[in-house]
Amino acid sequence: MQPVLSVKNLYYSYHNLKGETPAIADISFDVAEGEFLAIVGPSGCGKSTLLSIIAGLLKPEGGSLSFGWPTTIGYMLQHDHLFEWRTIYQNVILGLELNKSMTKENIDYVLQLLKDYGLYSFKDQKPSQLSGGMRQRAALIRTLAIKPSLLLLDEPFSALDFQTRLTVSADIGNIIRQTEKTAILITHDLSEAVTLADRVLVLSKRPSTVKAELNIHYDIDRASPLSIRNTAEYQEYFNKLWKELSDDVPK
Amino acid sequence: MSPNENQNNISITNQQAFIRAHKKHHHMITFSRISILVIFLAVWEYAARSGIIDIFFFSSPTAIIQYLYKMIVDSTFFKHTGITLLETIISFLLVTFLSLLFSTLLWYWKNLSEILEPYLVVLNSLPKSALAPLLIVWLGTGSTTIITAGISVALFGSIISLYTGFCQTDKELLKLILTLGGNRKDTLFKVILPSSVPLIISNMKVNIGLCLVGVIIGEFLAARRGLGYLIIYGSQVFQLNMVITSIIILCMIAMGFYKIIQSMEHLYKKRG
Repeated sequence: MQPVLSVKNLYYSYHNLKGETPAIADISFDVAEGEFLAIVGPSGCGKSTLLSIIAGLLKPEGGSLSFGWPTTIGYMLQHDHLFEWRTIYQNVILGLELNKSMTKENIDYVLQLLKDYGLYSFKDQKPSQLSGGMRQRAALIRTLAIKPSLLLLDEPFSALDFQTRLTVSADIGNIIRQTEKTAILITHDLSEAVTLADRVLVLSKRPSTVKAELNIHYDIDRASPLSIRNTAEYQEYFNKLWKELSDDVPK
Repeated sequence: MSPNENQNNISITNQQAFIRAHKKHHHMITFSRISILVIFLAVWEYAARSGIIDIFFFSSPTAIIQYLYKMIVDSTFFKHTGITLLETIISFLLVTFLSLLFSTLLWYWKNLSEILEPYLVVLNSLPKSALAPLLIVWLGTGSTTIITAGISVALFGSIISLYTGFCQTDKELLKLILTLGGNRKDTLFKVILPSSVPLIISNMKVNIGLCLVGVIIGEFLAARRGLGYLIIYGSQVFQLNMVITSIIILCMIAMGFYKIIQSMEHLYKKRG
């Protein structure tokens, strides 16, 4: 089957007058339809640069990027960035507004998402009246509203406190699984990667390459990340990733 | 009485005590503010009547009230205050419009702002009163000169502070718009301008004061009407009552403008 996204020998570096800083040396990977891919790596290894390139915000300096078919990309950032001058409803339809696709069908879809994820009764409130977890869910609805076929998640839970983080990542993981979206998650939290993803790519430190790849499979239902965290497989996956990553840390 | 009820009673009294303390503090502030004014006026009046200060040079509160009454009766008050108010409001509206326009253009075209930066800095730090004589030669001695003087005092600083504010908008918000399929124009109308409303209002507070300064400078030099003209004329003919009364009217105008913009701010916050 044709992959949704296929990245080949990607290369990117940042430039300033003092010289060139290579961020991505050579990265290749495919993402299959419906797959949840996590990318982990040491901080500053160019993970976010990679997502920006996939999202089309940056142009690669070398290599290629091809989509299996016309793809709408949804991008979820670290912070929810809900606009305080808009209500929750006005925030989640922002993407439709920008794409000039405020059709009745699309608006009904957004309202349905608000209902499904328990935010409908908050739709006329301001973001500051919602909890951190609810805000992040609203941010996800804003991303889903434009019906993306590929979701890019750039450490979307890292700004939340630990407890909220566990529930919200479980929530959002389930939403993505239920809607059968293809997703790429960038994180530095190994347990997050191991509980949510079908496959994990480990990047080396800058300039980054794909250093290792790990397929994740659990026998039990994914719906409850807490029970996943108690399985033996989880421990095994976690330790493998940990080992891969710690090789990069200078002794 | 159960212990629970008791608890409740205590918490109510604590709340009441808090409200009482809050009100007391509030009353103290208001009372002190008024006292300062009353004491100042009383000392001034006393000093004038007992001959400690010369009433001819320093006037006195009662003399000012009498003079103000006379101005209202012969309607010079309305003529001069009206024109100063009008000129200030026109230059304020123009400054608000022009500074929004130019700061937006500078933000939109980064190259333009980089090219124009030194010119803006020079224009901003130039003392605008130095321009007034030129304005008279170019534009004559009418309202146009005075409104231009009002604009020139406030405009450049306003452009710089709005532009700086626009540039400080969180880059991630702009990225969000781009990832949702928007372009640079969308980032301007969906993020930069709406997120800058508090900045624009606080900028207006500064501008209204500066416009008043500019208009008075203009009237000093190039007017036959207005409070600035009255102040200069009064000092030339040693009518110090006229000068001081005009200054007091100016104080009230400044206060009034400030209050209007402050209530706009409240309105915005209530809505937001």
